[in-house]
Amino acid sequence: MTVLVQSAPFDAGEVLNGFAHGRGDVGAIVSFTGVVRDTKGDLRHMEIEHYPGMTERAIEGIVTRAKSRWSLADALVIHRFGVLPVGAPIMMVATAASHRADAFAAADFLMDYLKSRAPFWKKETTIDGTSWVAAKDEDEAALTRW
Amino acid sequence: MNVMYFAWVRERIGLPQEEVETRAATVADLVAELSAREDRYAAAFADTSALRVALDQELSDFSAPLAGVREVAFFPPMTGG
Repeated sequence: MTVLVQSAPFDAGEVLNGFAHGRGDVGAIVSFTGVVRDTKGDLRHMEIEHYPGMTERAIEGIVTRAKSRWSLADALVIHRFGVLPVGAPIMMVATAASHRADAFAAADFLMDYLKSRAPFWKKETTIDGTSWVAAKDEDEAALTRW
Repeated sequence: MNVMYFAWVRERIGLPQEEVETRAATVADLVAELSAREDRYAAAFADTSALRVALDQELSDFSAPLAGVREVAFFPPMTGG
């Protein structure tokens, strides 16, 4: 298991290559990268606050749940904090398993839980000012599928 | 105990953390104590259904007891991912 909480940018391709390197024990590797999106064309940047200490514990707990539920050879989570420009990678998950069903399901589970059970808060600065991103009901509802 | 605030709760109260001397039995009692202090606390805690609480870095709820707890954190619903 690899859990990285960092302000520094990362290269998703490089991380994925490192995660996959030398693995003869798996048949499937799935990855997801979340990127700062400017849907309305007015975003200046995004800022992510987190709760140092709890963040790492919460993510490790989520990965441990995924590993107990699906047959995973390995899992990786990177999540950034601080000021992020439009188009920058925010976070990434990767899972490695013998079969793709486990790898896809575990990656999907990790994403759902990281959204609403890891202590991160997003704040957007647009040309009109700053505002905290509100949690969506559908993100909370997504947890019930697991 | 150490009381921490994050995101708009931190902004509304005006500080990231503070040491609080309290005999509050539960999280809800602590919220009532803090809210009685000053308007900025009352404003931040006006609607606790919009807030989450963690006790010693584990998500908990407002009815939870505070006995033995060293760190309490208040924050809005999380928006990771």
